[in-house]
Amino acid sequence: MTAAELLRSDLRLITGLVPENSRVLDLGCGDGALMEHLRDERGCLVRGVELDHADIAAALARGLSVVEADLDDGLAGYPDANFDVVVLSQTLQVMRKPALVLREMLRVGERAIVSFPNFGYWRIRGYLAFRGRMPVSRSIPFSWHDTPNIHHTTIKDFREFVTANGGELEREIALLTSDWHRSRIRRVQIMPSLFADTAVAVVHARR
Amino acid sequence: MHDDSTRQPWEDVGSIGVVPERALTLKDVTLVSGRTLAEAKIAYETYGGLSEARDNAILLFHALSGDAHAAGWREKDALTAGWKPEDGPDWVPSVAEFGDPDAAPASRIKPGWWDPFVGPGKAFDTNRYFIICANVLGGCLGTTGPSSIDPETGKPYGLSFPVVTIEDMVDVQARLLDELGIDRLLAVVGGSMGGMQALAFARRYPDRVATCLAIATTWRLTAQAIAFNEVGRTAILGDPAFNGGDYYDGEGPLQGLAVARMIGHITYLSDESMRKKFGRRLRDRKNLAFDFVTEFEVESYLAYQGKRFTERFDANSYLYMTKAMDYFDLSRKADSLPEALAGTPVRYLVMSFSSDWLFPTYQSQALVDALKSVGAEVSFVEIPSPYGHDAFLLEPEAQYGFIRPFLAWAMEERRASEKRRAGGQAWTSGQRRAGEERQTDAGSRVRKGERAGKGARA
Repeated sequence: MTAAELLRSDLRLITGLVPENSRVLDLGCGDGALMEHLRDERGCLVRGVELDHADIAAALARGLSVVEADLDDGLAGYPDANFDVVVLSQTLQVMRKPALVLREMLRVGERAIVSFPNFGYWRIRGYLAFRGRMPVSRSIPFSWHDTPNIHHTTIKDFREFVTANGGELEREIALLTSDWHRSRIRRVQIMPSLFADTAVAVVHARR
Repeated sequence: MHDDSTRQPWEDVGSIGVVPERALTLKDVTLVSGRTLAEAKIAYETYGGLSEARDNAILLFHALSGDAHAAGWREKDALTAGWKPEDGPDWVPSVAEFGDPDAAPASRIKPGWWDPFVGPGKAFDTNRYFIICANVLGGCLGTTGPSSIDPETGKPYGLSFPVVTIEDMVDVQARLLDELGIDRLLAVVGGSMGGMQALAFARRYPDRVATCLAIATTWRLTAQAIAFNEVGRTAILGDPAFNGGDYYDGEGPLQGLAVARMIGHITYLSDESMRKKFGRRLRDRKNLAFDFVTEFEVESYLAYQGKRFTERFDANSYLYMTKAMDYFDLSRKADSLPEALAGTPVRYLVMSFSSDWLFPTYQSQALVDALKSVGAEVSFVEIPSPYGHDAFLLEPEAQYGFIRPFLAWAMEERRASEKRRAGGQAWTSGQRRAGEERQTDAGSRVRKGERAGKGARA
């Protein structure tokens, strides 16, 4: 499965978690595919943040409003509770300051939806255990010294991370995306921290 | 004119050709200060064709030293260079000088100040849009300003000309639109002082414009920028030939104006661009002169720029226009910038340049934050460039990639929504429709849209 297909299936699932007509901020929105879908199919009011200029140009062509910003600088300029949902899709692991990013998401949004690769997936564990080398796979296709993914986490670590940063895990959906059924993603019910390669979490601020 | 099926967008890139200067006169112009002008002449040019539905008009605002001639070849220059009206507008001079107008010999014919941006196939595509550019009120390049004749005295206004603001410049251009029969613009756009006007227009006439492109600009000047303006003004005011602004029977404060322009130019460049362009190179000599002659390349450049500027610009206009910039504050008469922008229906595209220290990125960021905080549709990019503030003139390719899709979608959405309003199909989402058409070829999409627009009108 290519990265684009992986992204698409991941985004499809996120779309279903976003209430209709809600206000959505998409962090690391890329070319705006998710935003466009949420706007056109679910009537959402969408805004995006992105660093890559080619992606911003592509989002402009879709009529989307996207501002260039580095998420590691936080979300200054967005008032508290400005959005119903703040999305961070497959981006947490590239953040220099993931804790700051999560706290900011919970500040500006009622809910945060975070999707991330599960580094505790059994194949990754096996790769490291048996080959004794940093895992390289279709979903994590980079060498250790040349990867944007500087903060890998596991499903179990993420739960702790949420609690430590003032959040409460509302929903956790464990997925298997890098299956031989390449066109499908499957939910993982049994031992997700071992058998899921991706997780989508819905988090709100602890009240 | 175009073969829809085979023509590629880049094949259309070219010059708009020979452009005539137009002008009209407005009566009873009331200014923000409360003072009035009995009449004001507005010099302007237009590029491209206005659609039947009058929905493709873009108002372009020039910066401090610019004029109405944004693109193509000035008609009177072309005539001098051998062009004849029967040759038609598609004409290219044999020897032309592109780039900075002040850097070229005066004898060379030069295209408009934003020629790489305005023309067929360019960012502001004259095959799609109707672009209007007018000289600002208080200027000296066609529009009424302090060097114009005061009808009451029969002499140039000089300092008796009322102080004008950015808002006044914008108000007379709104009246120009009335005269041209354009109710609502697709976009207002400008860089630097032009960007201030675009922002002011969007605030003052939010229902008359769909989008605002604010480039290398600010919602108000920094103390540093005001300081540079004040040094320039002091040089003019302190020139013995200034004579209280009443100098039109003589040469005028040429030295003061040249110094003001030299200071200005320093602020438009960057340390990096100056280092690359000039370094410490000497001009026409190998050894230091141990004298106060012009010896470094950078000195020679500034001296030349200063001198050339005095040949085409009026010192009083420089005073009035820099003052207008200093006064400009988009949050005026509001408690805060967000309050000033609250509820705006205008879609914004804000672009800054990494090495611009005169209109630094953080100011664009503050504008963007204010727009974000009130829920406005705003997009923002900081374009990496070594050229300092001048980058908005010198980086057409970098800006093209953002301007083109932004405008194309706005045009498409506007036509879709007008079709909806005309009582046609009840679209569930015009945005969706625009999104669908985006998939098709850019050029044919617009032409398709034009037909749709006409159909809806008829």
